[in-house]
Amino acid sequence: RPTIDRELLESLPNLKVIGNSGVGVDHLDLKMISDFGVKVTNTPHAVADPTADIGVALMLASARRLVEGCQIAVSPDTKYFAVDWLGVEVTKATLGIIGMGRIGYKVAQRARAFDMRILYHNRNQRRKEEEEAVGAHYCKKMEDLLQQSDFVMLVVNLTPETHKLIGKKELGLMKPTATLINISRGAVIDQDALVEALQNKVIRAAALDVTYPEPLPRDHPLLKLNNIIITPHIGTATVQALCTMAEEAIANMLAVLNGQPIPSEV
Amino acid sequence: MWYHKPVINEELLQSLPNLKIVASSGVGIDHLDLSLLSSYGVKVSNTPFVVSTDTADLGMALILASSRRLVEGYQMAVSPDTEYFPADWLGAEVSGATLGIVGMGTIGYKVAERAKAFEMKILYHNRNQRNKEEESAVGAIYCKKIDDLLQQSDFVLLSVNLTPQTHKLIGKRELELMKPTATLINISRGLVVDQDALVGALQNKVIKAAALDVTYPEPLPRDHPLLKLKSVIITPHIGSATKKTRHLMMENMTESIQAGLRGLPIPNEVI
Repeated sequence: RPTIDRELLESLPNLKVIGNSGVGVDHLDLKMISDFGVKVTNTPHAVADPTADIGVALMLASARRLVEGCQIAVSPDTKYFAVDWLGVEVTKATLGIIGMGRIGYKVAQRARAFDMRILYHNRNQRRKEEEEAVGAHYCKKMEDLLQQSDFVMLVVNLTPETHKLIGKKELGLMKPTATLINISRGAVIDQDALVEALQNKVIRAAALDVTYPEPLPRDHPLLKLNNIIITPHIGTATVQALCTMAEEAIANMLAVLNGQPIPSEV
Repeated sequence: MWYHKPVINEELLQSLPNLKIVASSGVGIDHLDLSLLSSYGVKVSNTPFVVSTDTADLGMALILASSRRLVEGYQMAVSPDTEYFPADWLGAEVSGATLGIVGMGTIGYKVAERAKAFEMKILYHNRNQRNKEEESAVGAIYCKKIDDLLQQSDFVLLSVNLTPQTHKLIGKRELELMKPTATLINISRGLVVDQDALVGALQNKVIKAAALDVTYPEPLPRDHPLLKLKSVIITPHIGSATKKTRHLMMENMTESIQAGLRGLPIPNEVI
């Protein structure tokens, strides 16, 4: 907000820069904005830590069935805690990171401390030192990552190439015991295919900080499944991140207005 | 035995004259009267190391879930009343925050290893200081006085065992020493915390929040004030509740029982 359309741009002839808070720019028509001679900046540094944290938070919460557990702990019907109520391990499991940019790499750094085996798929392979620092193995073919991972985490940006990157075929390649985590954009997943996969237990569970749209319609099947956690796009929803995003956006905008090198121009 | 059942008392031991060994699941043995068992010549074993990584994982899960308000967020995401996601709905950052670990045994140390990857500043309080290599491997700073840890931490995590010394270790005084923006995480035993004092502290915003995998008793009575507080996450003692770990626990217990029945040295014997 506000929606940047032709009408708005025509009404602001002196507009020099749009400073986006956050890193995603899939909601902006970059070509149209560029035609008006307006620059666009984003805040890739400020979002990285809190978004990586949410990715790991969702992975842990899903694996250990944290939300379900809370419900049992407080339910008026609970008389005792069942001994055979179990989740799955995170330590030493295999994490497949799709999209090894700034955020994906920070996820890898965190996952390494859980002794996880880390696979990644990216447009380009990272340098050897970067791979070794987190113990990450490159999967040139996404299929290899999907077949071997216990947790698949989506950390790509949304582009025409990544739209519906994960569909019926990809979900079918995943292990039936695997969990899909999405901290990128809702449209990276074919949501109808995901509903089916979860209903038919093609995969074990999903944890989504992002959906399409946000919020989902209240009658959407994803809201009714018990093997899914959804959070309301809170990847950068921390007091600290709000400040650092504002600072980064302001620094970018001032650079444009002062004719200086722009830290994060899109 | 699982989850403190059956209760091991004089009556039970008298009715089982041939009992050689009690194999207890998990690492905690606070539910067992060791001197009573010893007086009947019954040996005891637990499963100390297999539970460590899962419990540490759950500790991190609770730190993250509490700080980022995951459960509240989920409720908002699925609620029939939700029309939009508010822009000013915020949690607090875990990366770069200060974590104070009370009880730096096997589990506490594994929590430190995980927290380090989030660039958390790590303080710890323990009966004994760890050696220098262990400290620098995780960047942990020893606080000889628990008060120093309490005053500086954004997250206070309890990973001690329950003994007479740690019973109600965290009471009104300790809670008041904590920052008003701090969160208490308990993955040890419910009785390490004075629960009434905790209720008071949360109601009066003396501390910001709590996340408890353990309470006393388990489950809490359904009308307990802790169940009603928005600032509390409670999980049903699931620190070791994964398929693999439970399987390993069973294997350990079986080994201990077999050794005990054969009069051989017992793996994981509790003396």
